[in-house]
Amino acid sequence: MATKDSAETTGSTAEVVDWKTKLKYVLNDDFVRSLPFWGIPFVIMGAAVYGGIGYTVAISFTDYQGLSEPDFSSLDFEMYQQAFASEAFLQAAQNNLVLLVAFTSISLVLGLFLAILLDQDIRYNETIQTIYLMPMALSFVITAQLWLWMFNQDFGILNLILTTFGLPAVSWIGNPQIALGSVIFALIWQFSGYTMVVYLAGLQSLPDDQFEAARVDGASTIRTYVRVIIPQLKEASVSAAVVLMVFALKAFTFLYSLTGRYRPPTGTDILATLMVREAFRDAEWAYSAAIATMLLLMALGVIAPYLYYQHRQGSL
Amino acid sequence: MSQSRPTFDTASLVEDVSLTRIAQYILVVVFIGFFLVPLEAGFVTALKTNEAVARSLPFVPSLGDGFTLENLEFAFNQLRDSFVNSLLLALPATIVNVLLASMAAYGLTMVNWRGQLGFLILFLIGIFVPYQAVIVPLADFWNNIFPIAEMLAPTFAAIPLLAEYHSDLVPLIITDIAYGIPICTILFRSYYNSLPESLVEAAKIDGASIAKIYRRIILPISKPMFGVVFIYQFTQIYNEFLFAFTLIVAADAPAAPVTLLIPSLGASTSGINYGIRMSAAILAALPTILLYVAFAEQFAKGLRTESG
Repeated sequence: MATKDSAETTGSTAEVVDWKTKLKYVLNDDFVRSLPFWGIPFVIMGAAVYGGIGYTVAISFTDYQGLSEPDFSSLDFEMYQQAFASEAFLQAAQNNLVLLVAFTSISLVLGLFLAILLDQDIRYNETIQTIYLMPMALSFVITAQLWLWMFNQDFGILNLILTTFGLPAVSWIGNPQIALGSVIFALIWQFSGYTMVVYLAGLQSLPDDQFEAARVDGASTIRTYVRVIIPQLKEASVSAAVVLMVFALKAFTFLYSLTGRYRPPTGTDILATLMVREAFRDAEWAYSAAIATMLLLMALGVIAPYLYYQHRQGSL
Repeated sequence: MSQSRPTFDTASLVEDVSLTRIAQYILVVVFIGFFLVPLEAGFVTALKTNEAVARSLPFVPSLGDGFTLENLEFAFNQLRDSFVNSLLLALPATIVNVLLASMAAYGLTMVNWRGQLGFLILFLIGIFVPYQAVIVPLADFWNNIFPIAEMLAPTFAAIPLLAEYHSDLVPLIITDIAYGIPICTILFRSYYNSLPESLVEAAKIDGASIAKIYRRIILPISKPMFGVVFIYQFTQIYNEFLFAFTLIVAADAPAAPVTLLIPSLGASTSGINYGIRMSAAILAALPTILLYVAFAEQFAKGLRTESG
């Protein structure tokens, strides 16, 4: 509002705008007239999201823990230093990075593969899409249970397949070396239908004649996709990757639900689970807030370039 | 390039097409199996006696001796109250969410004013914020600063069909609304942006107020989008875990929604009873699966729009 007023006064310094006209002008301004519509939702959302973030960042500089009150008189980076000196934090950060990279890239590749497969005039296309996307309608709480059963050492389907081929049974969740891989596998199961849908939308927005042109040139189907089609799906890839990466940063529910405890299976602890554990099990409010702040910064590191890219594209 | 134009050699064309075709359909079926087997195995395991769970193959249904509804019944009785909690949570939260988001999106698209981009970005970031960054203040706010659940408890006790403990759902409802606004707003916004400008321009020239344009023009034509956002957001809130975990805390709290109970159901010192655990998982998934199967197109549309 301030900018609007000052712009107006500089534009008409000589004239004396009486306050009635001015008020009428302000009230007729589209900003003011649209305020009742977006103002209320914005205030609710803003208080919850940005108020919450502000408080979290603030207490991350204190020593707030247990039942005491946060003391804002001495602020420092002690909690961050503590985090970087902590074995558990570094391990969680490393697991998180592995999860983020492997989960995102494999989900994208598998989703793209499925999208291209279903783009080949497959019959019952819509029904098949519905089946592939179904895991996305389920809560992580549920999918964690389904996969616990799939991964079960004695009766699970995965070990059944292995032993049928004469291979030894594997402790999918119990072995810290492979537990993270198992988790990534289950999450790919849940999300690749989603990337497929995003890619299918991208494929369908491409004009048919490009494909035809490549055909007439004698290019094989695979070459057509690699050379002509896939490069044009960049936008779909970027937006799906952003959603997947941000999910990988905050994936708490699936891991918690595997054990029903604050500590997920050994070898799968990530920053999100570490943060919740430090907060609600140990009441280390300041320390958990520092981890949360770093998670937030990482998420912003993913989102900010994306929003900027979208803005440049004019598609914001 | 110097080759002759493709000739229509029908025989080789049919052979070629049918071979790739067969490979394609085999792949399609393999992936149907990949996506459905975990659900199918969960479902058949839910209907087995504990003995049959250990004895039979996990994906083969047990008939006769091995078949039982006991685990399903046990799980249902454990979950019954929490189903009510989940509905009492998800329905009002979704309705308010959808209404507020529609208004916000209208204010952000149909009316042009400077500085919109800044507000839009704040909404967009709100979609992606890891909720870990807000749960500590959330717990503090609803427990200590503004304990609305406690304040409303006597009122809820007086309302027929509701119990005192249902007031514990109020902070959770408000929380889910607040954090659901960004994504729902962006969903509506993408729809409003796709509408032709002439639609509103004509009404503006006729001197219709912004509120009138919303009521008379925008609301009626956004019915399909209300469906999309409702289905998307209902599923999200019903499936939500972290906020419920932060505010309701314990799985045995009377106001716990379904998702909070599942990770501990059927667990004992001797391990997990998978007959019970799968029964609980399938029962809890049923509402969203039914909603999804009935409105798959709307759900997919919601997801597609979410990613730009």
